[in-house]
Amino acid sequence: MISVKELTKRYARTTAVDQISFEVAKGQIVGFLGPNGAGKTTTMRILTCFLPPSSGTANVAGFNVLEQPLEVKKRIGYLPESPPIYPEMETTEYLKFVGRLKGLSGADLEKRVDYVCGRCAIADVKTRLLGKLSKGYRQRVGLAQAIIHNPDVLILDEPTAGLDPKQINETRDLIKDLAGEHTIILSTHILPEVEQTCEQVIIINKGKLVATDSVRNLQARARGAESVLVEIAGRNGNLEASIAQNKLEQVTGVSRVLCKQQIDSRVVFEVESQRGRMVRGDLARAVVESGWDLNELRPAAMSLEEIFLQLTGSEAVAGEKVAAKESQA
Amino acid sequence: MRNAWVICRKELGSYFVSPIAYLLLTLFGLLFGYFFWTAVQIFVFEGMEMQMRGQMFPMNLNEDIIRPLLMNTSVIGLFMIPLISMRLFAEEKRNGTIELLATSPVRDLEVIVGKWLAALLLYCALLLFTALNFAFLFRYGNPDWKPLLVGYLGLLLQAGALLAIGTFISTLTKNQIIAGAATFAVSLLLYVFGWVAGFDNSTWAHVLSYTSVATHFESFVRGVIDFKDAIYFLTVIFLGLFFTSRSMESLRWRS
Repeated sequence: MISVKELTKRYARTTAVDQISFEVAKGQIVGFLGPNGAGKTTTMRILTCFLPPSSGTANVAGFNVLEQPLEVKKRIGYLPESPPIYPEMETTEYLKFVGRLKGLSGADLEKRVDYVCGRCAIADVKTRLLGKLSKGYRQRVGLAQAIIHNPDVLILDEPTAGLDPKQINETRDLIKDLAGEHTIILSTHILPEVEQTCEQVIIINKGKLVATDSVRNLQARARGAESVLVEIAGRNGNLEASIAQNKLEQVTGVSRVLCKQQIDSRVVFEVESQRGRMVRGDLARAVVESGWDLNELRPAAMSLEEIFLQLTGSEAVAGEKVAAKESQA
Repeated sequence: MRNAWVICRKELGSYFVSPIAYLLLTLFGLLFGYFFWTAVQIFVFEGMEMQMRGQMFPMNLNEDIIRPLLMNTSVIGLFMIPLISMRLFAEEKRNGTIELLATSPVRDLEVIVGKWLAALLLYCALLLFTALNFAFLFRYGNPDWKPLLVGYLGLLLQAGALLAIGTFISTLTKNQIIAGAATFAVSLLLYVFGWVAGFDNSTWAHVLSYTSVATHFESFVRGVIDFKDAIYFLTVIFLGLFFTSRSMESLRWRS
């Protein structure tokens, strides 16, 4: 449905998108993941014909974005980062206007407006001014606007940004619901969002493609290495932190031990393990066999940023290694 | 062109649900009403004076009331037109709705023409006030309606040209006030360029004077449709809208 080849977008001084290639099959729901400024919005703007690419090609539904923009636009529904609403318009008035722009008219238009109002749960604000709507409603009006002409492809730029948790869940459910009928690309910097809604994920960082993978594989990679918080207390009120650290480091599979905190005879360590190794059992055994108390043993919640950095960071390191090898050769 | 009409309707809606249209109508109505009232008073006063002196110069409604008032209207237009055109694209850019227009299956030209047409229609609504006042002249006097009609044509052409320039300027900024102020400055300059012909006879003075809106508007006020003048206005309209479309396209390359 969507095919992007070596897409590049340069601005005066920066390269926002650098040689990105990917394919999206019909009916798929794809997450576009990356930190702010990674080039997500730029890529989406190219796909929607808002920006022309500097080089490379992008095809949507078989039409090239540069050569047949009108055909592409007819088949695309787009929700920019902030919903493109006119504050002085009423909801239905606005949806009718967008519908007409997209080529609907007459009874067809009325039907679609009613349909999207029901679908996006905005039927109760049909006659309200858009400028007076809450952020959640505006976002849903934005979604309604994107699907009004029943497009083949939906492009959603951070559809859940700025919503409260309840609204986020509702929006995600709605997007998942829409997936059957449309091919969807949604961008986000929130990892669980991708986990919950998408089948396929495209990760970009600094304009470069880092990975395209299925969500399941990504999850496996993100959880490959784990870090555990261990709190140890000495039996007789004294515990040498360095001895304990040594002991923990000797456990097989442990890659690094950090002393995080020491209060009297209690010490908290953060233990990082190698990828794919489950070391919690061994850690517990090592502590108990040394005659200490194991006060606490819990997986350190890896923040989403860390997971992301780990993914993008390791890729970058791998890339450098390859480059180094090439330069040696 | 169906899409241009969709855009035009939306723009007119925006003008008339916001206070802009009503504010402009009120201001214009008051200003023109005052001008009309004073013009009629002076006409009546002079008429009585002549009668007392026993002089019987022919007095003409067309020459003494309608002509100067048409000139006045064209000057008031200089103030009204920037207020009408400033929001056309600047507001879309600020709201981010330009992204909606640019990703909808409509041509840039349809968007531009739709917006320009809406602005021109709002200006026509303002002109209705003048027609309302002039109607009294027809009720109580017997002016010639043909020169008046030509005068209206001139006003429309002038407004069309300045609005096209305003539309172009509005694509250059997100800030409506900047767009409005710049449009006003350009319109006023275009209006007074004709003055140089009064003291300078060189070629450049002729050229400058030729670019002046006022130079070309004059013939219409006199009730003459000069082909040359009509072409001038149509050219400015075309150029204004052409530059707007270039500017809209450059938004995509630059943004």
